[in-house]
Amino acid sequence: MAKVPVQFTLNGSEKAEFIESGTTLLHALRDKIGDTSPKGGCHQGTCGACSVIIDGELRLSCLTLAETCNGADIKTTAGLAEGGVLHPLQRAFLDAFATQCGFCTPGMIMAAKVLLDRTPNPSRDDVVEALSGNICRCTGYEPIIQAVLVAARANSQNAA
Amino acid sequence: MSLALQTFSTVKDANAALQAAGTRYLGGGTLVVRAANEGDVSTSSLVRVTDPGLSQIAVAGGNVGLGASVTMAAIASHPELAALAPAACAVGGPAIRNMATVGGNLFAPAPYGDFAVALLALGATVVNEDGETPIETFLANRDTSRAIVTTVGFALPGAESFRFLKVSRVKPKGVSVLSIAALLELAADGTVVSARIALGCMADRPIRATAAEKALLGCKLTPREIAPALAAAGEGIAPITDPIASAWYRTEVLPVHLGRLLSN
Repeated sequence: MAKVPVQFTLNGSEKAEFIESGTTLLHALRDKIGDTSPKGGCHQGTCGACSVIIDGELRLSCLTLAETCNGADIKTTAGLAEGGVLHPLQRAFLDAFATQCGFCTPGMIMAAKVLLDRTPNPSRDDVVEALSGNICRCTGYEPIIQAVLVAARANSQNAA
Repeated sequence: MSLALQTFSTVKDANAALQAAGTRYLGGGTLVVRAANEGDVSTSSLVRVTDPGLSQIAVAGGNVGLGASVTMAAIASHPELAALAPAACAVGGPAIRNMATVGGNLFAPAPYGDFAVALLALGATVVNEDGETPIETFLANRDTSRAIVTTVGFALPGAESFRFLKVSRVKPKGVSVLSIAALLELAADGTVVSARIALGCMADRPIRATAAEKALLGCKLTPREIAPALAAAGEGIAPITDPIASAWYRTEVLPVHLGRLLSN
């Protein structure tokens, strides 16, 4: 299989790789670049564990071919913490016991980040809708929803 | 996975490449990449088009033109397409809606393709290099279609005349038990003058409920007057059976949900 060049920004750093044509972004991130924060769950677009943010939009890296991301700005959960300080969403997930096995957590956090970037003070229904494409088999969702609401409140307090 | 992706700037060039055996069109990826991930080895090559015209939404003179690459998220957030937002929002979660396209939805097998159900009720026209095709004809022949869809056109419905309902077991976003779209024109006294009703999951692709449409004509949308239409809704259907629901269950609940859609 011919290899093709792919170049994009990942969490603020330029990345350039040669990958096999047809490689998913999920595989490119995990196996070529070493960012294992997006998880490969269902590979069918159902579980949301592989969710990343591409050019500001939530997308599923398991259904996105890496070649289509040339020039894109990609953000993963691995890039959220700054200077060793967790992002408010990451901190809230820990504090609210919103993670058990942790497999769904990176996808949940990326979905929540897109929500909070656009709607800083979401309602509970907003959070439920934003997380509706992400499946968790451990927590029962309520702690996750509460964590996102806590992070939103923390953000609004910081802004005030 | 062993796939080769070919990128073209024009639909014409992509159409030519698409004629090769084992080649499929890549839109948002929610169908073809998923199939490849599941082990479908019938596809060895993917073709995509970067023409920005395919992602345009045109609303003018009461008519809508949706480029085939327009996503469900773009429709849901378009201020002039509020009537279609419920149908667009019925497709997957937020990430899927950022990827799933109008063109792809036309090819989505049941229980997917909720937006195509809406397009069928709207009497849309599907445009590709072969020209314009009524959506019913297009859907009937979609398995053998080899031309890239470029646009879908239809008359913009009023908020009062277009209704959409998706029934799923998991809230807020689950796979369809069934979906129903209805385009109703009512006289001043509330009598149904014209009706187009489309059903999802009642066959392997969206279908019209023609018997129910006929039975609705001249009726007012009261429980008593719509009863014959609900009784006729099951004519000509062959619901799918999948892990979400059996064909029997889908048949049983169809008139219930159609009644709710018409009565609201």
